[in-house]
Amino acid sequence: MSTAIDIRSVVKRYGTATALHGVSLSISDNEFFTLLGPSGCGKTTLLRCIAGFEDVTEGEIRLFGQDIAALEPNHRPVNTVFQQYALFPHMTVLENVAFGLKMKGMGLSDRNARAGRMLEMVHLSAFADRLPAQLSGGQQQRVALARALAPEPKVLLLDEPLSALDLKLRQAMRVELKTLQEQTGITFIFVTHDQEEALTMSDRIAVMSQGRVQQIGTARDIYEAPVNRFVADFIGETNLLEVVVDRVEGDSARVILPGGHAITCAAAGNGPGKHHISIRPERLSLAATGDLTATVERIVYLGTDLQLLTRLTTGEEFHVRLQNSARTELPAPGSTVALHLEEGAARLLAD
Amino acid sequence: MAGMTPAPKENGTGYSSLVAPLLLPTWAMIGIFLVLPVLLMAVYSFLTKEFRGGVIWDFTLAAYDQFFLNRGLFGDEPPTLEWTYITIFWRSIWQAAVATLICLIVGFPTAWFIATRPPKARAVWLFLVTIPYWVNLLIRTVSLKFLIRENGPLNESLMSIGLITDPLPLVNTNLAVQLGLFYSYLPFMVLPIYAAVERYNFALSEAAADLYASRWVTLREIVLPVVKPGIVAGCILVFVPSLGAFLAPDLLGGAKTFMIGSLIDEQFRGSQGNWPFGAAAAMILMTLVLIVLMIYARAQAKGEAR
Amino acid sequence: MKGVRHYPGFLPMAVGCLVILYAPLVVVMIYSFNGSTSITTWGGFSWRWYADVFTGPEAPRFKAAAWNSLSIALIAATTATAIAVAAAVAMIRGGRFRGKSATFALINLPLMVPEIVVAVACLIFFSTIGLTTGYLTILLAHITFCIPFAYLPIAARLQGIEDTYEQAARDLYATRGQAFRLILLPLMMPGILSGFLLAFIISLDDFIITNFVKGAGMETLPTAIFGSVKQGIKPNIMAISTMMLAVSVFFVTLSYLVNRIGQRTRS
Repeated sequence: MSTAIDIRSVVKRYGTATALHGVSLSISDNEFFTLLGPSGCGKTTLLRCIAGFEDVTEGEIRLFGQDIAALEPNHRPVNTVFQQYALFPHMTVLENVAFGLKMKGMGLSDRNARAGRMLEMVHLSAFADRLPAQLSGGQQQRVALARALAPEPKVLLLDEPLSALDLKLRQAMRVELKTLQEQTGITFIFVTHDQEEALTMSDRIAVMSQGRVQQIGTARDIYEAPVNRFVADFIGETNLLEVVVDRVEGDSARVILPGGHAITCAAAGNGPGKHHISIRPERLSLAATGDLTATVERIVYLGTDLQLLTRLTTGEEFHVRLQNSARTELPAPGSTVALHLEEGAARLLAD
Repeated sequence: MAGMTPAPKENGTGYSSLVAPLLLPTWAMIGIFLVLPVLLMAVYSFLTKEFRGGVIWDFTLAAYDQFFLNRGLFGDEPPTLEWTYITIFWRSIWQAAVATLICLIVGFPTAWFIATRPPKARAVWLFLVTIPYWVNLLIRTVSLKFLIRENGPLNESLMSIGLITDPLPLVNTNLAVQLGLFYSYLPFMVLPIYAAVERYNFALSEAAADLYASRWVTLREIVLPVVKPGIVAGCILVFVPSLGAFLAPDLLGGAKTFMIGSLIDEQFRGSQGNWPFGAAAAMILMTLVLIVLMIYARAQAKGEAR
Repeated sequence: MKGVRHYPGFLPMAVGCLVILYAPLVVVMIYSFNGSTSITTWGGFSWRWYADVFTGPEAPRFKAAAWNSLSIALIAATTATAIAVAAAVAMIRGGRFRGKSATFALINLPLMVPEIVVAVACLIFFSTIGLTTGYLTILLAHITFCIPFAYLPIAARLQGIEDTYEQAARDLYATRGQAFRLILLPLMMPGILSGFLLAFIISLDDFIITNFVKGAGMETLPTAIFGSVKQGIKPNIMAISTMMLAVSVFFVTLSYLVNRIGQRTRS
């Protein structure tokens, strides 16, 4: 597979503030790639650098091998779906979708035909002559998509395009977006702060924080094997425990858990000493004898699950999630329980 | 990728590199035809007058001397403070202040009333209040004079319903000038107060009422402090143009109501004129206005910092 | 029980306010149709003073003045609007630059300096550089003081237009010029029109500055009317006033409608 976008140590500074600290990543052709992170992490800045709305301070961005740093946005074969859509309010839906084609010099009948086909694709043919203000949020979103896809960009950039929609519509649009990406074969770069969105749609995800890429991988990779505390904590729910690594041998490390029990888990590239592990609350079970001992403080009923808020004998808060079934025997609040870690449940983190 | 030409780095929509050419016409017009003239006027106020209007390029303090000091009929007596012009300035300030106060007394309830109408009625009321502002000021002033003159429609109708027996001598009085200024600038008072009241959170009034404050106590303790920026802005917008007004005092007033505007105007009319003195009077007026605006700007900056 | 929005006496105040604002205008409008030569007695409805404005002894003077007023207002408002559009784009889309706050103060300067001071300063300036006062000097002064009036609605409008529209256009292969012409300019249009109308009326309205820089023999409508009124208010003046009033009301209504349409295309 060829590389669509190659980002090499990109730094972006605004005066004294640094938004991106040497970001490097490469995105394959035909990939659904997501930049995930909390607000202010630099994901939108990176997207705007690719689109050409911001200049990079250092480093380079290559599009199919070509350095695009010097190109103005209108010379980049990259289109954007804006967060608030930015549909031109004084143009009809059809004129909006045909705009990029017109700018590229396509004749009136050709571009209207093509824009018409794009509207068909997003099921909005009946609305071609309306003004954007006469459409619902979901419809505007689909016009924005059609408009950005009409000129057949090599890469489509999506800046939190679903954030303005309500939950139901958002869930439906996730499926529609993924289908569109597969149909068109265009590389999608999707920016979001919503981990569920990222996990459900993406081929690969880059988790960003404070202007740095923390981890790149598939949804499964970043959920099951977070590399550091930020990723473990940001994606899903987790228990972070401070532990002592007393021996590292090749790929595995011996870790002393709070309470003194020792387990073996995959090494994280750091040597012996104090480190952190992440344990997902659903990868635990109650047992007669276990790896950890805790006191149950409160039981929260969540429907499909039960959440046990416990405190380890060493004082740390610890969450356990049990499936809600008739067989589940619940400990009484105040009682002491032993917790058993499933195979591979504990992930040693790099920091 | 052929056909993609490198261009100078420039972010998507910024016009940063075009700022200078875009602003050049503004700088040129206002710089040449306002800033430069005002500076020149400052210079003129230190020149010697020529008798047929105009100046002789000899620097002197004569204009300011004439304004502030009295040296007797032949200019040989020891200088005492000259009250003629200071009185005219003081009267102008007084007239402008009274006009501002009348505007406030009428304008606040009006603005409040408009801002508490339903949106459609509000738009109609606002439209009605703004229209007179768009009508030529001269025409409005002339109309007012026509209405209130000695045997004009106002006096005639008041006499016909028997409210008065003799016509009220309105024209050529201080009251007429104040009325004229009030009439000229009333929309300037209503609009900023309206804008402030429209943003006012009426839950504050409800909270005050809930805590046993009466309507009028609420007005004084809660509403007025909160909408004060609008009130102050309105007062400035009425006071400043009133101070230098020419038409209302000239058409509605008489010799006793002579104001700064007419004093300055007189210095540039025909052979009686005195350009350096007129320039000096204009300088003093401008200084007064700038002081008022600076106090306002400072108060506003303080309000924002809070 | 009335709500906290209600204050007794505020309604009569508001009505009184309108009465005060409109009474003089309405009275003059009525008397402009007075058939009598005396302004004090009512001589029945008549168009005679309107006819007098166009054909009477003063007609040539008023015609020339009206022509001067309208042509000056048109040229001054057009020029000031063009200058203001450029200034607004630089001020609002130009990012941070040195001298921005000074420029902002400069644009608003004509609003802050009292009119009579501007008038004196302009007269002194034109006489010093030896420019004969007349049509040109009136025009230059009008363009200058019209700039802030044109600028304010244009800048307000531009401020409300998010820059993502232009970014979207640039993203869709528009050059900067195309993005300005096809996207920004049409979106700014309501602001530009109301700025133009405001400047037009302000120019038409001006008396003090014009009176100082017009020179001998040159008249605009306000100065001509002022000259006539000095000898007393005559019925033909009321007819002219009524016509000017109608023109003003027409323009405000136009500006109001333009704004309403503008609000509809927003967001």
